Amino acid sequence: MSSTSTHVRELARRSIVRTLRQPASIIPALLFPLIFLALNSGGLGSATRIPGFPTDSYLAFFLAAPFIQAALFATMGAGTDVAKDVQTGFVSRLALTPTRGNALLFGQLAGVLAVSLVSSLTFLVVGLVAGVTFESGFPGMVLIMVLAILIGIALSSIGVILGMRSGSGEAVQGMFPLFFVFLFLSSLTMPRPLIEQDWFRTIATYNPVSYLLEAIRSLVITGWDGRALALGFGIAIALVIVSVFGASRAVRVRWTRT
Amino acid sequence: MRRFSDVTRAVAWRSIHHFLTQPAFLVPALLFPLFFFTAFSGALSGIEAIPGFDFPSGYTAFQFAFVMVQASAFGGVFAGFSIAADFESGFTRRLMLASPNRRGILAGYAVAALFRAVVVWVMLMVVALLARMQIDGGAVDLVGLYTLAALVNVTALMFSAGVAMRLRTMQAGPAMQIPVFLLLFLAPVYVPLELLEGWIHTAAQINPITPLLELSRDLISGQPANLWAYAVVLAMFAVLVLWALTGLRRAERAGG
Repeated sequence: MSSTSTHVRELARRSIVRTLRQPASIIPALLFPLIFLALNSGGLGSATRIPGFPTDSYLAFFLAAPFIQAALFATMGAGTDVAKDVQTGFVSRLALTPTRGNALLFGQLAGVLAVSLVSSLTFLVVGLVAGVTFESGFPGMVLIMVLAILIGIALSSIGVILGMRSGSGEAVQGMFPLFFVFLFLSSLTMPRPLIEQDWFRTIATYNPVSYLLEAIRSLVITGWDGRALALGFGIAIALVIVSVFGASRAVRVRWTRT
Repeated sequence: MRRFSDVTRAVAWRSIHHFLTQPAFLVPALLFPLFFFTAFSGALSGIEAIPGFDFPSGYTAFQFAFVMVQASAFGGVFAGFSIAADFESGFTRRLMLASPNRRGILAGYAVAALFRAVVVWVMLMVVALLARMQIDGGAVDLVGLYTLAALVNVTALMFSAGVAMRLRTMQAGPAMQIPVFLLLFLAPVYVPLELLEGWIHTAAQINPITPLLELSRDLISGQPANLWAYAVVLAMFAVLVLWALTGLRRAERAGG
C-alpha cells in the first residue's frame, strides 16, 4: 500500500512539474475563458433586459462558463500528456516496473487538480474584482471550487481514456470540437426557460453540461438552490465515477498491451 | 501574365484538391460555421424580446449575416494555415524555385480560399433555408452580400498570408487567428450596435468590422444599405495586399 502511495506521489509530482513547466498548458486554460467572458458579458449585456432574465448582470450570469471551459482545456491537456507518454515509450517503461497502472492515472489527475485550483481561484477573483456579488457568500465560493475540481477530474479522466486508447496527441486534440459542441448546445448563454427555439431548449435540457453550468450559476446569482446544486453535483459525481472507472480500464488495457 | 496565371492555377488546384480530399480540413471548415449558426440563432433567439431590437428579418437572419462574415474571414485565415504548413514542409521553397512569377503563389492561395468560402456559403444558405430563415433582401442585395463576403475572405487571407510568409511556421497559427477572432467578436455580434453597453460599445464603434457587419445585415433584410462599408473593406484589402506582398518578398529573401 505504502509503495503504491509513493508511486502516486512521485507521478503526481511529475505531472504537476510538467504542467507548471509548460506555460502553453496553463495560459490558454486561463486566458481564453477570460477573453470569452469579457467578450460575451460585454456583447450580451443587454440580454438582461429580456423579461424574466434572472439577474441584471450578464457578467454574473456568464461567470459559470469559464469554469467549464477551463475543465475542457484541462481535458485536452491531460489527454495529450498521456498520449505523449504512450508515444515516447514512458508508459511501456513504467509497465516494466512494479508500479500499478492506477498510480499513473491518479498521478496524472493530481496535475489536473493543481490547474483546476489555480484556474478556479483566478475566475473567482476576476469575478469579485469585476464587481460580481456571490449571493451564496464565501461558502458558496468554496463550493464552486469543489464543483469545478470535480468537473475537472471527470473531464480529464475522459482525456486520459482518449490518450490511452489512441496513443496520439492529434487524436485527442481532434476531439476538442466535440466537447465544444456540448458546451455551446447548453444553457451557456441563456437560461433554459428563455430559449425560444424548442429544438434547442430540448437539446439543452438533455445536455448534462447545462446542469453543471446551472449549479455554479445558482451559487453566483441565486444563493442556495438545492435542486440546481443536487443536479449539478449529482451529474459531476456520476461523471467522476464513470470516467475514472473508464480511465482505469483504459490504463489497464494499455498496461496489458505493453 | 500567362506565367502568373499558370502559377495561380497550379497552386489553387493543389490547395483545393487538399481541401476536398482530406476530411481533417473539409469537415471542420463545413461544421464550425454551421455549428455557430445553429448555436447562436438557436440559443439566443429570445434576444428579439429586448426592447429596441428591431431587426425586421428576425434573429436567424441577424445571426446568418454574422456567420457569413465570420466564416469568410476564417476561411481566409485557415488558408493562411496551409501557407504556413507548406513553408514548414519545405514545399514552398521548391515552389518558389519553380515559379516564374511568385505573386501567382499568393493569387493561387486566394483562389483556393475563395473556393473554400463558396462551399461554406452554399451549405450555410441551404441550412438557413431549411430553417425557414426570412430573407427580405432582393437578388441585388444578395449579390452585394456575397461580394462583401468574398472581399472579407480575400482580405483575411492577405493578412494571414503576410503573417505566414514572415514567420514560416505552423506555430504562427495563433498570430493569424487571434487578431481576426478579436476583431470579429468586438463587433456587434449578438445585438445591434445601439444595444451594446459599456466598453464593448466603444470598441465596436471604432472596429472596422462593425460597418461590414451592419452592411451584411442591411443587405439580407433589404434595408437601405450604407455602401461605404465596401470602401472600408477595399481599403483594408489594399493595405493587406501590400502586407502580404512584402511578406512574400521577405520569404524570397529568406530562401523560402
